[in-house]
Order: sequence, then C-alpha cells, then structure tokens
Amino acid sequence: MIPEKLKAEVKGLNFYYNDLKALKDIHLPIANKLITALIGPSGCGKTTYLRCFNRMHDLYPNNRYEGEIILYPERVNIVDPRIDPIEVRMRISMVFQKPNPFPKTVFENVAYGLRVRGEHKKSLIDEKVERALKQAALWDEVKDRIDDLAFNLSGGQQQRLCIARALATNPEILLFDEPTSALDPTATAKIEELIRQLKKEVTIIIVTHNMQQAARVSDYTAFMYLGEIIEFDRTDKVFTRPSHKLTEEYITGRFG
Amino acid sequence: MSTDEQPDILELRKRIASNKLRDHIFWILGLLSTLIGFGLLFTLIIDLFIDGFPRLSWHFFTSYPSRFPEQAGILSAWVGTTLVMIATAATAVPLGIAAGIYLEEYGKKNWLTSLIEINMNNLAGVPSIIYGLLALGLFVYFLKFGESILTGGLTLGLLILPMVVIATRESIRAIPNSIREASYALGASKWQTIKDHIIPYSSGGILTGMIIGLSRAIGETAPIITVGALTFIAFLPSSPVTSGFPFLSFKWLLDPFTVMPIQMFNWISRPQTAFHLNAAAAGIVLMVMTLVMNGFAIYVRYRFRKRIKW
Repeated sequence: MIPEKLKAEVKGLNFYYNDLKALKDIHLPIANKLITALIGPSGCGKTTYLRCFNRMHDLYPNNRYEGEIILYPERVNIVDPRIDPIEVRMRISMVFQKPNPFPKTVFENVAYGLRVRGEHKKSLIDEKVERALKQAALWDEVKDRIDDLAFNLSGGQQQRLCIARALATNPEILLFDEPTSALDPTATAKIEELIRQLKKEVTIIIVTHNMQQAARVSDYTAFMYLGEIIEFDRTDKVFTRPSHKLTEEYITGRFG
Repeated sequence: MSTDEQPDILELRKRIASNKLRDHIFWILGLLSTLIGFGLLFTLIIDLFIDGFPRLSWHFFTSYPSRFPEQAGILSAWVGTTLVMIATAATAVPLGIAAGIYLEEYGKKNWLTSLIEINMNNLAGVPSIIYGLLALGLFVYFLKFGESILTGGLTLGLLILPMVVIATRESIRAIPNSIREASYALGASKWQTIKDHIIPYSSGGILTGMIIGLSRAIGETAPIITVGALTFIAFLPSSPVTSGFPFLSFKWLLDPFTVMPIQMFNWISRPQTAFHLNAAAAGIVLMVMTLVMNGFAIYVRYRFRKRIKW
C-alpha cells in the first residue's frame, strides 16, 4: 500500500457489460489530494474503470458491478446498488473526453450543478461561479462575456469551462477522462498546468492515452491491460524502473 | 501498376466524356421534374388569385354566409378554424411531446415500445376519414361532446398526434448523448435532465413538427364533416373572454362550428359561378393562414439552430 492518506480504495472490483467481463478483480488505492493516472492501450478498460467512480454505467441497462470502491472518510461503498448513483455523482465530478458544454451561457453552464442542488440565492451562485471559473483559470478570459453562449469559446476554453462546471459544487474527487485528447498542444499545456494546480484542493483521477501527460501531471500511475491492473506505483518509478515487462514495453512504445 | 506502363489517355478521355454526358442528362431530367412540380403549383396559385382576389374585402371577413354570393363572407369559417386549431394544438402538443419524451428517455427498448413505435408510424399514414369515423363513435356518441369545436379539435388532434410524436422523438434523438452524460454527471435526476436540457434543446424541432401537423389539420375536411360540422352557420361560438369573473369561458368548446375547407366545399358545390369566386377567395385566405404558420415554423427552427449546434 501507499504511505499517503487515502480518499478511496478499490477492492476486488469486477465490472460486466452484459456477460462481458470488462474489469477483472481490480485493487487500487486512491491517495487523498494527489493525482492518480491510468494509462494503457485502447480498449484496456481504463475509461470503464473511471466511469465506475461516478456510477455512469448505471445510465445504461445490463451493466453490473461487483466488489467495492470504498470512499473515505466514512467508508461507504459507492458501487453498492443500495447507494443512489445521484448521491455519488454529487460528490464525485467528471470531465469528459470531448468538451461537452450545454448550449447555454458560460454562466449557466457553471451554475447548473448548483441549480440541480436547489440553490436559488443569486449572490451565492454568482460567487461560486466566479470562484469556479477562477479555479479553472478561465475567469480572466470570460469575465466580460459571461452571458455569451459557451459554444462561442475555443475548444480549450470549453474544456476549462467543463472543469469549472465540475468544480463549482466542491466535489471530493474529480475524474478526468482523456481531457486533452480533442485539444491542440497549447490548450493541452494549459489544462495540464491547471490539473497540477487543482490537486491542492481535490483528489484527481485521470485517464490518459498520452504517457508523457501521465508522467508530467500524476503522482501515482496505474498501468492497465485487458481489464486488469498490471502495475501500480509512484509515477517516477513506473516510468523509470517499471517492475513488469508489459509496462516497460508499453511505456517504451513497443506496443499499444 | 508499374510506372513505365503508358496509360491509354484517349480511352480515359472517352470514359470521362461519357460520364459527363450522363451528368448532363440527369441534370436536365432533374430540372424538368422540378419545373413541372413548381409550375403546376404556381399555376394553381395564380388561378386562385385571379378568381378570388377581387372578392377579398373587409366585408368578406366580417360577414356570415348568405344566399347572395356578393354578401356572403367567411366570418364563421375563419373563427371556427382558429378555434378548432387552438383545440387541436391543445390536444396534440402536450400528448405528443409527453409520449415522445417517454418513448425516447424512459421507455426501455423492449417488444412493447417496438410495438408502439410501429403503430405510431402506421397511424401517421391512416386516412383521415378513419379518424372521423372513430371520432363520431367516440366523441360524438359515446362521450356526448356533440358536433362541437371540442370534438373537432380532439379529432384533428388525434390525426396529427403521430406527427408531433415523431417530430419530438427525432429532435430528442439529435441531442448528443454527451449532453445527457454531462447533466447526469453533475448529479441531475432524469426529470431535471429532461426539463433543463432535453426539452429546451429539442423545442425547435418539436415546434416545427407541431406547426407542420397544424398545417395539415387546417386543411382537413373529411373527418370534420364526419363528426358533423355544419355547412351553413350564421352565428359565432360563445366568446372565450367574458366581462365577469373569471374572465375566461370555455363554453365555446361545446358550440357548433364550421371551418374554412367546409365553407369552400359548400360554395364550390353550388351551381352559381359567383359562389365559386367566393370559394377561390376563401382558398387564398386558407393558403395564407397555412403559409404564415409554416413561415413561423421555419423562423423558429432557424432561431434554434443558430443557438444550438452539435
């Protein structure tokens, strides 16, 4: 195990799409207020795994979890069917692969999570929207066009808007599903810097197919292959002295 | 292919020329078809205008039908059409939207929803007179709504219901799943997602479907005759607005009525030519009403498309 305080712990997690076993007996600690990266070739199950954390699989029929994802400090198993997925999603936010802002204004995008929670007080919403946009390093760029449609922003700005939208409700964990795969290098650099900044405030799990990105931003890295965790360790260790041959082959680009 | 092999340029050029010839032939065929369709429609409209335009006057709009063609007007017909359209929209729109949302967002994909879907698509193709017969049995005799605006509205509402459902479903299906996921990921419930995202983002398409449905309903004659709309009516339904509290009255729903196509049919079936001119004039009015509705639909769709791009 790892020396840091834990935010979550995955114990014996299996996941099935119908009869297809997509995740096989996964064990993984998630360190509090650090960044855990998941790397692995396409189709290895990393996105499937990430989407277990906010129960996105519950949106579609015939999906089934087995095992536990324990959320600390109160040690609740968030994949337990008795736990309401909405409760889980209110505590754990997600940023998707492609920027997916709502066709609403910049302000309304960020405010939506608060509105879902029944927040009506305008002063409070204003304050939280501004704070979230500042956290997402977007405030300076959009403060004069907060009532413009989100679609008028650039791709990178849209993705930071989605980050602000996820942050506005103070999530305990923030999930990133290949957040820069649709962005150019400049926008990618900004998002990576932002992710590094955010770990002061929130626990982060990031899925990426870009190994340099994992090496640059994360504290811990897990390498997944065919639905299994092959290796998990401190990021510098995984990238300099991988203990598993498959990991070494993957990070040196021999397959994947 | 090896690089030193000389391609037969002449053969190639012949091939291209023949392809281009086919292009041209199809272009001419397409143009002719378009012109025939458009030309026919245009001739009809011009003909209608030449016959009917001189009859259009303030008096024409404010008079009841009469034995004397010069004094006859369309007051009861256009008021009837407007009221029936309101009753139709009030029936078909909420039902259609709710059914469309249910089928897309709630209904699980099983044999029951497939059955409903097949039925829905078939219903859109059922001849309108069949709806008239159904309405006669159900609304007029069984539910005893009489030969009223309510019956007419419900009948036409049923007639266009499949169109509203199909339009609703298609515009909901156009919303990318990533938008739903974004909403759910923020902790929104299903109803919150539908109310805050699905309905607003699909409302352009829903409105378009509704107006296309109403444009069809406005011209329907058969089912309305079947449920017993009058062909000669010299009074108006009761006013929906009253002077005393609560200022609104729904008594008009149970009043007898006539609609524009029936008035036209009535005039055209008379021997005197002067009545035929009246029918042409009423035709112009009906067409303008339909065009205004369609124009509104196009405008609404344009507004929504500008705001939303996936």
